[in-house]
Amino acid sequence: MKQWFRTGKPWIWLTAGAVSVSLVAVIGLVLMIGWRGLSFFWPTAIHQMTIETASGETRTLIGEIYDSEEVPIDRVRQSGVEVDASEGELITRYLMKIGNREYVPLDFTWVVEPTIVEDKTPTDMAIIERTKDGNFYGRIIAIEQQGERIAGYEEADFREVLFDRVERAVELHDEGQALQEDEIGRINYQLSELGLEERRLKLEGQLTEQALARLEAERERLQAEYQTLEKALFEIRDRAARDTLIVEDFRGEAVAVPLYRVLDVNFPNDMHLLAKIGHFFQQIGKFVSEPPREANTEGGVFPAIFGTVFMVLLMSVIVTPFGVVAAVYLHEYAGKNPVTKLIRIAVINLAGVPSIVYGVFGLGFFVYMVGGSIDQVFYPEALPNPTFGTPGVLWSAITLAILTLPVVIVSTEEGLARIPSSLREGSLALGATKWETIWRIIVPMASPAIMTGLILAVARAAGEVAPLMLVGVVKSAPMLPVDGNFPYFHLDRKFMHLGFHIYDVGFQSPNVEASRPLVYATSFLLITVIVGLNLTAIGVRNHLREKYRALEQ
Amino acid sequence: MDRQTEQQLKASQARLLKDRLARVGVTTGGVLVLVALLLIFFYLLYVVQPIFESASVKPMHSFDIKANDQTLALGMEEQAEIGYRFGASGKGEFFALQDNTFSERKIGDVIEQRMLVPQGKITSFARSLPVNQQFVYGLDNGKALIVQPKFSVTFPETARTQGTRQVERLIMPRFEVLNNEQPLQVDEQGRPLEQLAYATDGEGMLMAAVTGADTLLITKFAAEQNFLTGEISLTPKYEQRKMTASIRDIAVTPDLNKVFALINNRIVVYSVSMSGAVSESQVITLNGRQFGQAQSLHLMPGAATVLVTHESGVISQWFEVPTDEGRTFKYIRQFDAGGQIVDLEVEDYRRTFYAVTHDGKLNIFHTTSEADLYHEALPNRETQMITIDPRANHLLAEAGNELTLFKLSNEHPEVTWSGLWEQVWYEGYPEPSYTWQSTSGSDDFEPKFSLVPISFGTIKAALYAMLFAVPIGLAAAVYTAYFMSPSVRKVVKPTVEIMEALPTVILGFLAGLWLAPIIEAYLPGVLAVIILTPLSIIGFAALWQLLPSQVRNTLGEGRASLILVPLVLFVGWLSFSMSPWVEAVLFDGNVRGYLTNELGVTFDQRNSLVVGIAMGFAVIPTIFSIAEDAVFSVPKHLSNGSLALGATPWQTLTKVVLLTASPGIFSAIMMGLGRAVGETMIVLMATGNTPIMDWNIFEGMRTLSANIAVEMPESEVGSSHYRILFLAAFVLFIFTFFFNTIAEFVRQRLRDKYSSM
Repeated sequence: MKQWFRTGKPWIWLTAGAVSVSLVAVIGLVLMIGWRGLSFFWPTAIHQMTIETASGETRTLIGEIYDSEEVPIDRVRQSGVEVDASEGELITRYLMKIGNREYVPLDFTWVVEPTIVEDKTPTDMAIIERTKDGNFYGRIIAIEQQGERIAGYEEADFREVLFDRVERAVELHDEGQALQEDEIGRINYQLSELGLEERRLKLEGQLTEQALARLEAERERLQAEYQTLEKALFEIRDRAARDTLIVEDFRGEAVAVPLYRVLDVNFPNDMHLLAKIGHFFQQIGKFVSEPPREANTEGGVFPAIFGTVFMVLLMSVIVTPFGVVAAVYLHEYAGKNPVTKLIRIAVINLAGVPSIVYGVFGLGFFVYMVGGSIDQVFYPEALPNPTFGTPGVLWSAITLAILTLPVVIVSTEEGLARIPSSLREGSLALGATKWETIWRIIVPMASPAIMTGLILAVARAAGEVAPLMLVGVVKSAPMLPVDGNFPYFHLDRKFMHLGFHIYDVGFQSPNVEASRPLVYATSFLLITVIVGLNLTAIGVRNHLREKYRALEQ
Repeated sequence: MDRQTEQQLKASQARLLKDRLARVGVTTGGVLVLVALLLIFFYLLYVVQPIFESASVKPMHSFDIKANDQTLALGMEEQAEIGYRFGASGKGEFFALQDNTFSERKIGDVIEQRMLVPQGKITSFARSLPVNQQFVYGLDNGKALIVQPKFSVTFPETARTQGTRQVERLIMPRFEVLNNEQPLQVDEQGRPLEQLAYATDGEGMLMAAVTGADTLLITKFAAEQNFLTGEISLTPKYEQRKMTASIRDIAVTPDLNKVFALINNRIVVYSVSMSGAVSESQVITLNGRQFGQAQSLHLMPGAATVLVTHESGVISQWFEVPTDEGRTFKYIRQFDAGGQIVDLEVEDYRRTFYAVTHDGKLNIFHTTSEADLYHEALPNRETQMITIDPRANHLLAEAGNELTLFKLSNEHPEVTWSGLWEQVWYEGYPEPSYTWQSTSGSDDFEPKFSLVPISFGTIKAALYAMLFAVPIGLAAAVYTAYFMSPSVRKVVKPTVEIMEALPTVILGFLAGLWLAPIIEAYLPGVLAVIILTPLSIIGFAALWQLLPSQVRNTLGEGRASLILVPLVLFVGWLSFSMSPWVEAVLFDGNVRGYLTNELGVTFDQRNSLVVGIAMGFAVIPTIFSIAEDAVFSVPKHLSNGSLALGATPWQTLTKVVLLTASPGIFSAIMMGLGRAVGETMIVLMATGNTPIMDWNIFEGMRTLSANIAVEMPESEVGSSHYRILFLAAFVLFIFTFFFNTIAEFVRQRLRDKYSSM
């Protein structure tokens, strides 16, 4: 044995173990997020449980099983639940999501297994997704139109009628939403622009009678337009308010659920596998295409995806030219002198400086100093309200561009280094100038490497949160940075970001329990994007290596 | 020359020009990287620098006042446009301190004048704390008259040119005599008030007065509002004490429950109850030999602090400190003005005070930070009295009949280098301490900026992360670079690179919401994983040795890390399923209770262990990839030579390969440390963010980076807090700059060394 230890074999195995631990950690983590994130979209059965309380009464709960855990009996007893079990035993308890927020104090409740008398999953249990107050669980018994019963659950075509009506309600809801956001939003935007124009004219001393009259006329026109739109909106709302669902809830009472608040009705206990798969993808689609609801605890993440993508694109536009030029300088032009050495140290340090420092710098320099000066010069009419002197998507993009600059430089330089020098010499020998060689031969050949750098930079920027918290990200942005109002791109606006969304929903949410699956789903989305980008970059890089190896031979 | 050549020449000249331009452009682009780094450095420095500037006092202008009585008190309104003085004859007047074209006021113009004391002889004068801006004349009939200067600001619009409107600020001053212009009876017996001290909490008032040299009168006026009329009536409660010697000075706290009387070198502290009952609570003895004869008493804003001036020019500071016998006044620190003090003024909101000595020298001190901000002679040596405006931007000094207005810049008196890094004795604290507490709900609050606890937190977090990451990262790097079969390596390296790319916000979220509760519930399991995993691996290796060599060779030790994956999973599963059982048997079913009660260790759910694991996870790939590169690029002939000489692979590794690669490994650790120090999201989400100083692994911490992320959005631009957060960022910048530069140098040298081999 001693001999064996002396050979060092056990230590080699230990080092191998370190690799295994790392692998288990990475793969386990990605798989866990994937599992938790995706299972959120899978339709879960609705349980109807009959529970016996300590005093011998029974009550019914309707809801999804959200989570389960094994706990020592003592801990259950400490929380005041009497259970019939022996000491030291572990019992299972379930976390139930029971929804129906307007009728219960908390939409989550713990159920200890031994207290469950009966557990059923009736096929007619419905889950009703609503725009307010979260989900409603219960048995739909009838549909009413302006107080008159149209169809009851006993009728054969009840579900068809139900789905028709739900579809109509959702359509009306979408229509109203579109009217409110697009048309009325446009008018509000134009009105505020008019106000700013008036102030600007006043500051310049050109607010003449004609100008005033023109502004007033414009304003009146917009007001009139607004009146008609408002009327249309009210009409849509009136139409939407026509139908009501009558639902039997967990207490056995018939409750009216107005249909204009309903977004979707499902009967998960009555779904076969294909329907479940269809539902699964439909839910994913909704998640990525819909805005969040109810303080980010429900709904989708579309604005966060949009904000992330927009900011990252903006950043790419800024970082690519600078990164490539710096790399070309370092590899093609720089001589062996102290300045070059300093620049290399600067690159390494820019890569190593903590991201929060960039945030602080961005806030102080870009937002307050540069942005503040821009406001003074170009937007004096809006002062003291800042236009660019406040965190926004432009400053975020610039800050992250500095942060990701080294990534692009290092990757591009690596690409340049792999191009055989015979190519350069050949080009120069044919009479091309240095610049022509670089521009026509070297840069096109290095473009996959530039691409790699850019992809890595994008992946880094998409996952960075700390600096963005200071320079432009918000928990909820009412308007996207791109819309139909001139000048279409609003670089001064704040935006939502997937990474910050995770932090905000996971840690600042009013209902952490309800939003946790949402956080996992968002994390999964973010990880998919970032891992995908990284794998692409690795792929491109490997491909490139093979190509140049072939060239050199 | 024919035309073709000419054209060619032209074309080539254009090309050459283009080439030259490109060279300049690209070089500029390259240098921009350096500029970016320098810009960050200097911008941070530019924002931080003002906190270390000391105060400056610059004379603006002087003017004479036409008064024939002695000045009792001076004052200024917030904008320092208007000043006022109270004369010994009972006259109060407002005068302009700055020219104002709009109101056509010239410097020195008297704006308003009023006889405040129509009858009775003035025997004493007192003022409230600067915040309340009230002044009291004590009369020879035992009565006192309270006066308050008031300023109303209007913005009348004046039409200038057509279309534009100009708004001007107009400040109108007036004196208001409180209590419906009626004097208040301070002494029941109507004796003259020889000395007077006054404080108000906005409604009630407390006055202390001296009559007959050694009789102390304490009168509390309780305010009561009439429900119907809304009028406030004052009910006095009279008390008096005969002292053993003549009283030099008296002072009253604005919370109306303490009166200080200075006799010789003792301060007698009286407590005043809500109803006005007086009891002696403490006698403070001042060491006359240490400080010199005590002269006068002054209160600081918040009134927890008493300043005592001494004839030697020393100012000693005293405040209440919790002790075993309740809260008692204690000597805290002293300041030296260098000569007898003729006037001492305190600022309205900050702990800064200004002392003028008999030879006209102005001294500016800040109590908490113990900062000596200014020691210069004023232009006029005869200066007897000064006053500070409420925003502390101007200083008005009186010398004879001449008044001089000074521009005062003293932006950040509370911040000093020593205050940031050394222990500071804050008001009300039992002893000097390192404290970070930047904001509070109360107005009297004094911000406490010590970078020590958050720097400590940074180091603690980084250390626990490194404790976790260095062994795993280095071991994994060594195995991957040296023992692993190339086909496996091709998969493992990208996987670890992916690990580096995982957003830290996700790691932080998992650490805070998933890992922390698991660690709390399965603490024995977590410890078991840490102990059992290496043991079981060695055990497995021993068993592996017993397998027939044919099997061993086909599977190959180059794939050992893949073979071990199921084992690691099994040990993890075993540890966690064993955990409740272990907990029940060894710790009576409650590890947390055991830790707290038996070992006296505090347990937070979000603690350093969670941070260590999560941040370790984030740092492992950094260490791994650099160290792996270093080990992998050790020239093969070195290791082959060693093996050929009969050394085992392990001996070759430790004696040859690791030694050669050691600079690279060092630089890997440095880079990892740099990353751990600056990491924000993980610590923000996985700790409680409490700035405590304790190495306990089961407690949290607050780091520099998380502190910036939490406090930056709500700090006021340009405030001391804002600049100190920039300083924190600057410290992080310098710290990582240092580590990264060292690491880079070491790596450069290593690369040169390898290339020469």
